[in-house]
Order: sequence, then structure tokens, then C-alpha cells
Amino acid sequence: MTVHEVVPALEQEEKADPFLLGGETFTSRLLLGTGGAPSLESLERAVVASGTELVTVALRRVEASSSASMLEVLDRCGVRLLPNTAGCRTAREAVLTARLAREAFDTSWVKLEVIGDEHTLLPDPIELFEAAEQLVDDGFTVLAYTTDDPILGRRLADIGCAAVMPLGSPIGSGLGIRNPHNIALLRDAVDVPVVLDAGIGTASDATLAMELGCDAVLLASAVTRAREPERMALAMRHGVEAGRLARGAGRIPRRWHAEASTPMQGLPEL
Amino acid sequence: MQVTVNGVPTDVDDDCTVAALVAARTSGHGKVAVARNGDVVPRSGWESTRLSAGDSLEVLAPTAGG
Repeated sequence: MTVHEVVPALEQEEKADPFLLGGETFTSRLLLGTGGAPSLESLERAVVASGTELVTVALRRVEASSSASMLEVLDRCGVRLLPNTAGCRTAREAVLTARLAREAFDTSWVKLEVIGDEHTLLPDPIELFEAAEQLVDDGFTVLAYTTDDPILGRRLADIGCAAVMPLGSPIGSGLGIRNPHNIALLRDAVDVPVVLDAGIGTASDATLAMELGCDAVLLASAVTRAREPERMALAMRHGVEAGRLARGAGRIPRRWHAEASTPMQGLPEL
Repeated sequence: MQVTVNGVPTDVDDDCTVAALVAARTSGHGKVAVARNGDVVPRSGWESTRLSAGDSLEVLAPTAGG
């Protein structure tokens, strides 16, 4: 291979870097939530720009729903729907919601979300674990939205969750990844995919998630509530790809002092 | 007879089925789920499940979120 063939080969390699989730293969490592979009047109443009193949949707009482038109939009985008259990506060509610979602969406995949507090929207780890156990037993492919606790993540993986999805910071906060150390520890603690979910504010947060070793990133507000959702969706797509490439390339070690890259040999005496 | 649908007391025919309730409530797309008194009613059981007075029903559909 000539020097000039190396970069195109790397780009091909990147494109052929499949993301295995729940026994299926995806090309994109960016998952998009649909909440918060100012219009269906804006949502559609953002979904296309993001390059995502998997979008989350919620289940609500039919009167409050504009579901038919939203489903048409997502169908046009050719993306797969991932139902969530957003708004559930107990294992019982979450399990029932997942079972209803399975009926509505004809899929056994679920983003399991059990919220413990209305102000922080942080997951309730005990209710989450109980719901995950029941749903795994019931044949669901459970993608568990969790805290960044590596021990809880390992327990969720051990009982058969298909992915562990730690938050970077509270939902919709845009605070980025508050504890990168925990995300890296969690990544090392489990063999299933780790998807950084929640708290992403901008593209560099998504890049950091990937640099820390996450397999994918799930975000919504950072795109849907951006001034230009479509442009931010494109930024997130590139951010995720950049982080994945950088992780693979291997960052240099951090040093306390400088290390010159220019040789000292041959320095002229001026 | 009276049942509760999505939190609202509602009068329905005495022989109303889950299928009839869904047809009256939704815009025709297939992605709907129904809970009756806290249990899932599978799609395969919608035609054969008749409502009873006092039933509490949740008729749900996808919405943007997550």
C-alpha cells in the first residue's frame, strides 16, 4: 500500500467498524432521542443529518399524541424505533410500560428508564435493577439507562442487559460528562456495549464519551433544542466518529511538563 | 355502562370490545397498546375482550420522547 492509499483505507476501515447491539449490527454509533424538537420538519432534518439508525420514542395516552405524523417522518428516515419507559418511577410501572411498548411497536427492545427523583431525573438503581431482571426473564432486549456507577453497571450486565447506558450528567442538563473516571471504569467492568446516555451538551462531549471507550452515544436535547438542530446533529455525527477514531489511535500519555517535538540536535547558535 | 378511558369517565356500549374502543380512539395506525385494569391486553385479544362496567383502560400510542 502506498502512502497515499493509507488514509482512504483508514476511512474504509472506519466505515466498516460495525456497532453490535443486541445481536444486531449498526453502522452509526449515534442514537437519537426524539423529544424536544420544535417541529416534525426540524426533527426529520436532524435525524437525517445525524446519520442515526436508531431513535427512541415514548408511549403516551393517545389523545396527547401526534403519533401518526411522527411515525410517518421516522419511517421516511428509515430508522428503527426504540421504545423507552420514560416517566416510570417504579419497577412495576416500567415492566408494564415495556410490555405495552412491545405490543405497540412489535419489538422486544426497550430502553429501560426508571426515574428516582423528579428534580434530577436520576435513575432509581434499585427499581431499575428489579425491572431489568423481570424484563430480561421475559425475553426483552434491555438497554438500561443507569447511573455512572461501575458496580451497578456490572450487575446489570451480569443479569443479561444487552447494553448499559450510563448518564454523563442529568437528562437535558447539557453539563457533559461530570465523572469521566467512572465512565472509563464502567467501560472496563462490562463486556456488553456501553452507550453514554444523557447530559451531552455539545459535540466535544460526544467525542469524549467515545474517547473514554463508550461504544455509542445517545442524546436528544443537545440536538433538538440547539439553535440549529440539523447543524448540531451533523456535529454530533462527526464528534462520535472523531472520538471513535481517536480511541482507536491511542492518545499520548499525559505529562506534567513539556516534551519538545522539535529536535534539539542541530540547533544553531545565534 | 361507564368505564374510565385514559383517566376520563366514559360511557360505552354494553357490548363494547377493546378492538371497538381502539378503533374509535385512534387515527388508524397500528402502533397502539392497551392496558386494562393494569394488565396488557395483547393485540390478539382485542376482538374477544369485552369491557366491563368500572374497567380502567389506558389506550397508548407513540409520541416523541427520550
